[in-house]
Amino acid sequence: MAGNNYYDPADLRKFGNITEWGEELGAKFFDYYTKVFEEGALTAREKSLIALAVAHTEMCPYCIDAYTKDGLQRGITKEEMMEAVHVGAAIKSGASLVHGVMMMNKVNKLDG
Amino acid sequence: MSKLKTQSLHKRESELAEAKRQLEILSNGIFQSGGLPTFAQKIKETHQFPLRPKKLEILQINVGYMCNQVCEHCHVDAGPDRTEIMTRETMEQCLEVIKNTGAHTLDLTGGAPEMNPNFRWFVDEASKAGIKDFIVRSNLTIIRANKKYYDLPQFFKEHNVHVVSSMPHWTRGKTDKQRGDGVFDKSIKALQELNAIGYGMPNSDLRLDLVYNPSGAFLPGDQASMEKDFKKALMDDFGVQFHNLFAITNLPISRFLDYLIASENYEDYMYQLVDAYNPKAVTNVMCTNTISISWDGFLYDCDFNQMLGLQVASKVKHINDYNEDLLNNRNIVTSQHCYGCTAGAGSSCQGAVAE
Repeated sequence: MAGNNYYDPADLRKFGNITEWGEELGAKFFDYYTKVFEEGALTAREKSLIALAVAHTEMCPYCIDAYTKDGLQRGITKEEMMEAVHVGAAIKSGASLVHGVMMMNKVNKLDG
Repeated sequence: MSKLKTQSLHKRESELAEAKRQLEILSNGIFQSGGLPTFAQKIKETHQFPLRPKKLEILQINVGYMCNQVCEHCHVDAGPDRTEIMTRETMEQCLEVIKNTGAHTLDLTGGAPEMNPNFRWFVDEASKAGIKDFIVRSNLTIIRANKKYYDLPQFFKEHNVHVVSSMPHWTRGKTDKQRGDGVFDKSIKALQELNAIGYGMPNSDLRLDLVYNPSGAFLPGDQASMEKDFKKALMDDFGVQFHNLFAITNLPISRFLDYLIASENYEDYMYQLVDAYNPKAVTNVMCTNTISISWDGFLYDCDFNQMLGLQVASKVKHINDYNEDLLNNRNIVTSQHCYGCTAGAGSSCQGAVAE
């Protein structure tokens, strides 16, 4: 166990064990997951960078760990990884900021 | 600036310079506590223990540990301060074996094999023996290290040598981090020189292959994808061409083990190797078709066992007594470092060994 930490890096290795308490759905998830990351219209390298960006917007430590390592294995450079993280961060902050229009609309309606 | 240490473990008098200490680390800790199965236990599960040799195909000869580079992950702990060098007398014994062997591939390695003063004589003599594939593992920068090496590409061509060279990455930063400042630019220049005389060109018989090994505590990615990325980047940026890329896993010995321990990555790396264990890779590991000969003429199952001082488990232990039939009847010596050759698509001096 990882003492007082909610997240234990060793738990990432146990991800596959979720099928033990729900085999059918777990297996379907992993089939889907595996298929998603296969080479397709997008390269596996491009998918890895997308996953890394999403890992950050979702703030998932396991995913960040996994897709940083995956990127290194694919020869992806740290500069490419950081650019991907900024893309994720830009969308995340843009998603917050664009709601500012809603706020402005409301102010204009109520207090215009 | 590069953070590379400029001396070998031997020169630094590190405890890891001793093979015995490395083997203790690989045998104790997580393996002794049962956290991870030993390699022998793991291959027993798939009825592949003990590992037995197949037909001998490759003679790998390490002609010395002297090198002009001090790479971060060198499993040989090679460097300018290493003085172990194969003598002409031992080379003559190797030539006798080469002439009488059933092996089709001769693989010369080091250190930088070109730094052995008898290297050219040996290549000249060995190339007359009718070996089908005559490999020299050149670190590329040696070609630009000193005027006396400038004609090496031409020398390789005259002897139809198959050049296999390390190239950690297609970017300057990652390559220099692993191999030292300036290595990338010198390597590119050497590759351009090799290309200029026909090496690595499409349809050329002058074979030029590159070796990729990861710059840190992670496994190599898919060999075919890496080859595609390397080819595109080196062609687009420098007009460099080569034939194949061999993706090789770093084995947890010598300077890479030192790095793993110092960076607190050792246990995680061993978990990665064991998690990625692939029984299909065991079938094709290089020790099953290779004999490795050290600079002082002793025989090993592979270059890694050589560095760990694990001699062949046979009555025949030295090139003086070389006997292929007796060697074919041995068990291959294994330890936990062997997980490095059986992870994922597997790893050998010729790259991946399984799908």
